[in-house]
Amino acid sequence: MVQLSLPKNSVVKKGKTFKAPKGTKKVKKFRIYRWSPDDGANPRMDTYEVDMSDCGPMVLDALIKIKNEIDQTLTFRRSCREGICGSCAMNIDGQNTLACTKGIDEVSGEVRIYPLPHMPVVKDLVPDLTNFYAQHASIEPWLQTETTEPAKEWRQSHEDREKLDGLYECILCACCSTSCPSYWWNGDRYLGPAALLQAYRWLVDSRDEATGKRLDDLEDPFRLYRCHTIMNCAQACPKSLNPAKAIAEIKKMMVERQV
Amino acid sequence: MADTQPVSRPLSPHLQIYRRTMTMMMSIAHRISGAALYIGTLILAWWLLSVAAGPNAYSLFESFISWWVGKLLLFVFTWALMHHMLGGIRHFIWDMGKGFSLGFANFMAWMTLVGGFVLTIFVWWIGYSMMGAM
Repeated sequence: MVQLSLPKNSVVKKGKTFKAPKGTKKVKKFRIYRWSPDDGANPRMDTYEVDMSDCGPMVLDALIKIKNEIDQTLTFRRSCREGICGSCAMNIDGQNTLACTKGIDEVSGEVRIYPLPHMPVVKDLVPDLTNFYAQHASIEPWLQTETTEPAKEWRQSHEDREKLDGLYECILCACCSTSCPSYWWNGDRYLGPAALLQAYRWLVDSRDEATGKRLDDLEDPFRLYRCHTIMNCAQACPKSLNPAKAIAEIKKMMVERQV
Repeated sequence: MADTQPVSRPLSPHLQIYRRTMTMMMSIAHRISGAALYIGTLILAWWLLSVAAGPNAYSLFESFISWWVGKLLLFVFTWALMHHMLGGIRHFIWDMGKGFSLGFANFMAWMTLVGGFVLTIFVWWIGYSMMGAM
């Protein structure tokens, strides 16, 4: 359902400011969304003044510096710090991206950081991705075959393998799905760009033999067809993939099998 | 005893904080112009009905449409029609699986916005110059 405003318990209030020590020359302000399940209070925006003369270049560097040196209660996910694990996906400067590959110098003025949009918050910048993962599982992202297994591996031509380029690189960070207004309003029934890109990854795989069944599962006004080509997914993807195009290809397959 | 009350988790901010993208704005503009066409179609139907009903009904319609409010409605209707048509062409290209590169998608979004106004003014220019010629 479309609800443009935030529920009462989600309205963001003013928070605290952590000033940089006097005499700090290169200060950058980070305004960060905070919410803790422990105190029953509404979310708030805390401001941290960070000394840029002693900070790495990426937004994740600043977050780690804040946690180490200013406020240990700040909570966020991170792991690989090189854009391959997808843990540190968040909304930075109004767009979903990975904190580890977003340069601080790409943001002019204050750096505003929120959790991935329209998600239940576990704590601070950590959203609950249970539904997102369940949707990924629902498209059965594994090879399904009926013919007898070959003695060695399933063979694939170079041309067929190339069809998976731009699809297999997805790291499931959820930047795309949580940037999508259709997913915001209908995330319970619409699969969202990430799960649909994966669905297409198996639909075009020359080795997979469950194409018909996979298409049947997607033939639904909500699961697939809530995509209105808003293209926020492709604008947000930190791996420069194009879920909108993958979804259009699925829609084309739906039509092509009818004629 | 541990607190077993389920926590009511807040919903993270979405529309309030997301930076507007051009493709996003043109998607919503497509919806708004589509809704505006309902009202425009009513005006169109009124016009056709008044033609069929005779001189009295037509003069009522004419006095409405030459009033500034009527003209404004007609102008907005023209814009909605042009904008929605260009948006439709954009969706038609997408339905063929083309035009998904970010650069081209943004270009089409801008063309829809600019083209909608240009075509509207063009249509009105034709309308007024024809009235002047007659």
